[in-house]
Amino acid sequence: MPASVIGALGSAFVLLLLIWVIGNFSQDPSEFLNVFLIGLTNGAVYGLIALGYTLVYGILQLINFAHGDVFALGGLVASTMILSVFDLTTTSGAGIVIVAVAATLAVAMLFSSMLNTAIELVAYRRLRNAPRLAPLITAVGMSFILQNVGLIGWGVNFTSVPRLIPNSVAFSLGSVDFQWNKLAVLLLTFPVLLGLTYLVRATRQGKAMRATSQDPEAAAMMGVNVNRTISFTFMLAGGLAGAAGVLYLLNFTTIRYDQGFQLGLIAFTAAVLGGIGNLTGALVGALTIGLIEAFNEGLTWYTPGSDWTRSIVFSLLIAILVFRPEGLLGERTPEGQ
Amino acid sequence: MKLPTRMRGSGPDAHPGEDTGGWVPAGVRESWQQLPEPVRRLALPLALVALAFFYPKYAESLPGAFPGVGTLVIMIVYTMMAVGLNIVVGYAGLLDLGYVAFYAAGAYTAAWFASLQFEQVSFHFGSVGISQEAVGIHISVWLILLIAGAFTAIAGILIGLPTLRLRGDYLAIVTLGFGEIIPQFVRNGDNIFGFDLTHGTFGISPIDSPGFGTTLEDAIGVPASFQQSFDRAQWFYWAALALLLVTVFCSVRLRDSRLGRAWIAIREDETAAAAMGIPLMRTKTWAYAIGAFFGGIAGAYYATFKSGAFPSDFFFNFSVFLLCMVILGGMGSVWGVVLGGLVLSYLDQEGLAKLGNSVSEVIGRQIDVPKYNFGVYGLIIVLMMLFRPTGLIPERRRKKELAEGVHDESLYDASA
Repeated sequence: MPASVIGALGSAFVLLLLIWVIGNFSQDPSEFLNVFLIGLTNGAVYGLIALGYTLVYGILQLINFAHGDVFALGGLVASTMILSVFDLTTTSGAGIVIVAVAATLAVAMLFSSMLNTAIELVAYRRLRNAPRLAPLITAVGMSFILQNVGLIGWGVNFTSVPRLIPNSVAFSLGSVDFQWNKLAVLLLTFPVLLGLTYLVRATRQGKAMRATSQDPEAAAMMGVNVNRTISFTFMLAGGLAGAAGVLYLLNFTTIRYDQGFQLGLIAFTAAVLGGIGNLTGALVGALTIGLIEAFNEGLTWYTPGSDWTRSIVFSLLIAILVFRPEGLLGERTPEGQ
Repeated sequence: MKLPTRMRGSGPDAHPGEDTGGWVPAGVRESWQQLPEPVRRLALPLALVALAFFYPKYAESLPGAFPGVGTLVIMIVYTMMAVGLNIVVGYAGLLDLGYVAFYAAGAYTAAWFASLQFEQVSFHFGSVGISQEAVGIHISVWLILLIAGAFTAIAGILIGLPTLRLRGDYLAIVTLGFGEIIPQFVRNGDNIFGFDLTHGTFGISPIDSPGFGTTLEDAIGVPASFQQSFDRAQWFYWAALALLLVTVFCSVRLRDSRLGRAWIAIREDETAAAAMGIPLMRTKTWAYAIGAFFGGIAGAYYATFKSGAFPSDFFFNFSVFLLCMVILGGMGSVWGVVLGGLVLSYLDQEGLAKLGNSVSEVIGRQIDVPKYNFGVYGLIIVLMMLFRPTGLIPERRRKKELAEGVHDESLYDASA
């Protein structure tokens, strides 16, 4: 199809989408804002996972399928910390909760980053010069192994933790309430994005990452320790997944061994939507996906409903990959096709 | 000099009959080599087919570890799907993570054209074992296998046309997306603007059985309907075996055809293949369509065996399970994939449970091994990719590719 036809179709689609959003807004503005906030919060959690996908893809051009499961294991470890180590309940004092949550976050991040680094070391490093699909297939296998680790360790049922960050109202906009647990997620996500962007753009380590991403051989000749840089990237991505696991657990209070896979796919879609390899793009894509999901499940005017959420998300993924593989914010590269 | 080895034509490889090891006595080996070439080549496959054909006759005298005939039907159907997937993944090098979509398409084609689902109409054509007054569409299952194959192949083309332009890993994700969308569509398809297409989460059941009809039953004693016959598993088994043999035969012949060589050329180097005048899109789309064709037939046959098509069967896990068979056996190697498929589907159906029981007996503690089946498959995938990426029975050409691929990429290749 010629580019102009695709462009026209795309514009028509966006226009229809706008009409749909405005139509829903006019039906019930306060409900719309409420749904909007839910979408933003979910999107922020997806964003933390999507950043990990994008970091790894940026440096190795590898879709790390196991990333979502690292997230789930991070969340499960956090649940053990909260339930068994600190033995927290809803009635625990605020001071204890803050210390315990901070410690949980640290432990979960440390665990996930070490796990992710270990996966790279064991499973991907040997395959760096293998045909392109070999590490991808290995990553799919790794994902199943990690799911089973979660299954063995924590069982088939949901693990529930008490609601530690209260869902009481932090502030209100008109008739719309903003709860603390949602605010906490948003308050953590944006600093993480800023910090990461700083790290990649302005530090020496970030420069090594960008160099390795562009050309590992040339980077090695310039004195970059390629293996260590890749390990560092996996560590960073794992840490983000661990943080996302804790936030997800605190926000939704339940987690199960196979949830990482589903969320991972959605987060990956978000990363592709935003332009894989692009940090800001990952977050923009994640927020968009979070909003689409929330709109689809929460709104009522001409809405397919929650039965179709995954189909909509994956249709979007396919449409993006086919028509605009560089994503919303990505740049078209020679190898992009 | 690597070039000459690479340029040498591969021709048909994997002749299992030729592999006479050094442990055979010299006299026997000599007289073996004096046999005409076709005999030597076909001896082992024919012996295996004969063994398989008579399996139901001696199955009961075998020890308990051997699978029952009913299990074998499922094993063969899964293996058929793996052989179909091997065309896409092994020959053409296109990673398909959504093959389960084709299985679903085949199963539902059987469900639509051979069940009571569409009660608005009553249409019969060669159906067996069902009253002529029954509502719904009832077409002969043998015909439905072809319809399902054709329908699924068209679905494969429709999925392939927009997506096959994508680079390898993006293509994998898109196929995964289709593999997630189609099962959800099936689950929600009981109310498409008020029309019940798939009967939702309940699935469509029962589905008509294959069979030879009453005329043939009276004449030569073959069952009119497999499902209602006294030894139903055995008849389903023989039909499945025939289907698998046809699939394997087509697969081998395709590999050595012009199209098959084009697939392998694309797998080895897409740019070089295009430069040699191979139409990339058309060749890849054919791989998709033909791979889907066999997946559809296998899915339809399995649906008639189970007498139902249920949305809970179609999950991403199953796509990975099939992929695991292909990787275990050896990507591109038909015999390897048949072996990998049989081994893994045996483990899936009976082996893991039996293994779990014997392990539990030894250590005196109950362990539910089948619960962790996908961990086992994941482990197999990772270990195979790391230590034996060519699979159990490597395809010769693929082995060279992998060995050379690593060599070409080396940073310190002084010979380059």
